[in-house]
Amino acid sequence: MTDTAKNLVEVKNLKKYFSINTGFFKSKQLKAVDDVSFSIKKGETLGLVGESGCGKTTVGRTLMQLYKPTAGSIVYDGKQIKTPSDISEFRKKAAIVFQDPYSSLNPRMTVSDIIGEPLDIHKAYENKQERRERILSLMQKVGLNSEHASRYAHEFSGGQRQRIGIARALAIRPEFVVCDEPVSALDVSIQAQVINMFDELQNDMDLTYLFIAHDILVVRHISDRIAVMYLGKLVEVADADEIYEHPLHPYTRSLMSSVPYPDPKIARENKRIVLSGDIPSPLNAPSGCPFRTRCPHAAEICAQSMPSLSEAATGHAVACHRLKEIS
Amino acid sequence: MPLLTVKDLHTSFFTPAGEVKAVNGVSFNLDAGKVLGIVGESGSGKSVTAYSVLQILESSGKIVSGSVVFDGQELVNSGENTMKKIRGNRISIIFQDPMTSLNPTYSVGRQLMEAILLHTDLSRAEAKKRAIEMLRLVNVNEPEKRMKQYPFEFSGGMRQRVMIAMALACEPDILIADEPTTALDVTIQAQIIDLMQDLQKKMGMAIIMITHDLGVIAQMCDEVIVMYAGSICEQGTADEIFYNPRHEYTKGLMRSIPTVSNSGERLHPIEGTPIDLLNMPQGCPFAPRCDAAMKICIEKRCKRMSINEDHMAACWLNVKSDLEAGIMISETETELVKGGVQLD
Repeated sequence: MTDTAKNLVEVKNLKKYFSINTGFFKSKQLKAVDDVSFSIKKGETLGLVGESGCGKTTVGRTLMQLYKPTAGSIVYDGKQIKTPSDISEFRKKAAIVFQDPYSSLNPRMTVSDIIGEPLDIHKAYENKQERRERILSLMQKVGLNSEHASRYAHEFSGGQRQRIGIARALAIRPEFVVCDEPVSALDVSIQAQVINMFDELQNDMDLTYLFIAHDILVVRHISDRIAVMYLGKLVEVADADEIYEHPLHPYTRSLMSSVPYPDPKIARENKRIVLSGDIPSPLNAPSGCPFRTRCPHAAEICAQSMPSLSEAATGHAVACHRLKEIS
Repeated sequence: MPLLTVKDLHTSFFTPAGEVKAVNGVSFNLDAGKVLGIVGESGSGKSVTAYSVLQILESSGKIVSGSVVFDGQELVNSGENTMKKIRGNRISIIFQDPMTSLNPTYSVGRQLMEAILLHTDLSRAEAKKRAIEMLRLVNVNEPEKRMKQYPFEFSGGMRQRVMIAMALACEPDILIADEPTTALDVTIQAQIIDLMQDLQKKMGMAIIMITHDLGVIAQMCDEVIVMYAGSICEQGTADEIFYNPRHEYTKGLMRSIPTVSNSGERLHPIEGTPIDLLNMPQGCPFAPRCDAAMKICIEKRCKRMSINEDHMAACWLNVKSDLEAGIMISETETELVKGGVQLD
C-alpha cells in the first residue's frame, strides 16, 4: 500500500446524537459521536480503539448507515452517501461483522440461510444452484465444514459462529468491511485463528477494514493505522507502530501504558500511567476537551475549547492543547 | 506448611447429558502472602477449582474426591457450618461481574456491613465505621455518602472496588479473584490491578488470581498454573512459564497472543476447538489439538513431572528421549519439589 492510494472511505465531521428521555417531557442529547473525521485508504486497515461508551461502535454503525447520521458527510469511493438509493448501492459494497456471535445470528435460520440472506436481498444469483454453490464456497473460505450447511447456529461454538457471521458479511463480495469487536468474545487460541483469517481474507479479496476493538494488542497486530476515541471524539490518529511506541495524547499514553503486557519482565519494569477517576457519562460530557477531568496535564484552556485534531508529525494527528508543553 | 493444599481434586457436574468432569485431578499448594495465577480458556475448570475450594458450586456440581486442606483443616465434607465460618472471613472471593454480584435492592453500606456483622463481634456502629474505613482503603471518594447509595449509582470500576472492600473487610488469609478485571476497561483495569497489588502489600493476604488474560498474570503473579480441560498442564514461577514453557498448550497460548515482536506476522493459533468434557479421551486431553502429539499421548495421560525445582509440566514430550530409550517413566517421577508443590 502506498501513500498515493486513494481514499475509499472519507468521513467528515460525523455527528450522531441520541435523544435520551430524562423525565416527563424532558430529553437530553447524548453525543455518542461528536465531530469525527477520518479516512481509510483502499486496502488499508484502520483500527478504532477506545473504552466502552466512547462511541466507537456508533461510528461503525453510522458509517454502515444502520443509524442515520445527525450531521456530517460520508463519502465512499468518491461519492457522497445521501439518498436511500445511495445507501442501497453502498450496502452492496460494504458489510459489517458484529461482536456477539451469539445474538447476531438468527437461531431459527440454518447456516445456509443466514449466509444466503444477503444474496437473496441483493438478488446476487441467477438460480438456486448458483446460490447453493456460492454459500458452500463461502463456508469453505471461512473454514467451515460444508456438510454443516443445514445446521442451526446453536450447534456451533463461539469461534465457528463468528466464522458464520464473517461468511455472511463476505457473501456480497464487499470491498469494505466494518469489523465491530469481532474477536472480543472469543478465547485466546480461537481469537488467533479468526485474526489470521481476517488477514488472509484481506489479501485474497482485497478488502478494506475498519477494525473496531478495545484490545490494543489485537488492534495493533491487525491495523495499518490506529485512531483513538474518547467520549465521542477522536483524540489521536497515527500509524499502528508509531502510536504504540510514541503516543502523544495524554489519554493514549495512559491507555498504552495500561495494557497488561504478557511478559513478566516488561510488566515489572513498565511504569503504568494510572488515571484517576472514571470516564464521565456522555450525557454530562465536560466542556472543552472531554479528557480534561482525568488528564494530569489539564490547564484552563482545556475547559474552554475542544482542541482540533491537527498533525503533530507526518501522518500523526493529535487533538491536545498542551501538546507542546507536555512532550 | 502451606496455607492451602489442594490434592487430587475431582469436581463433576451431573447433567442430564451425563457427568461433566470439570475439574479432573488438580493439586496445588498456596503459601501465605503469595499470588497464584490460574490461567486457562473458558471451560478449562479454573473457576470451578476456586468454587470447589469454597464449596459454592451450583446444585448439580459435586466434589467427587480429593482434599482441600486450609490452615491444617480439611474442608471437603467438613459441613456447611464450618464453611460458613470460613467463607468471607478467612477465604474471600470477588467475582467477574461487578454488575450482578451486588444486591441491587440494598444500599452498598448495608451489604458491606453484612459481612462484618456476620463474622465479628463488632456493634452496628463499629461495623459501620469499619465499612467506611474499608471504602476509604479502596479509594472510594466520600465514603460516608457512598455508604447510603445503591449499586446502580456506582460505575463498573467503583462496584469492583466495593466488592474488594467487602471481600477484605474481615482481613482474609486468601482472596480468590475470579476474573476481577475482565468486565472492565483497560484504564480501569489498571486501577484495580494497582489497588489489588497495593492492598496485598498492606494486608499480606495470599491471592488466587483466576483469569484468561496472560497480561494480567504477567503483572501480578508469583506462581502460575495453566489449566486445560479440567487438569493442570503446567505449573511454575511466572518467569518459568513465560520464558521456558514446557507444555505444548502453554506454548500455543503464548504464540496465540499478539505482541510487539510478532506484529505484522501471522499468529500461530492452536488449531481445533477445546474438547468436549462429556467425552474425555483416555490420553492427554490436549493431544487432539497438539501438533507434536505422539502415540503415547493418545493412549496414556501424562502425569506432572518436574522440569526443575520451580517448574512442572504434564507433557510426554519432555521425556521423549527417555521414552525412545525405553526407560520406564515412573522412574522420572519424584515425590516433592521446592515450594511444597506435590506431584500427582
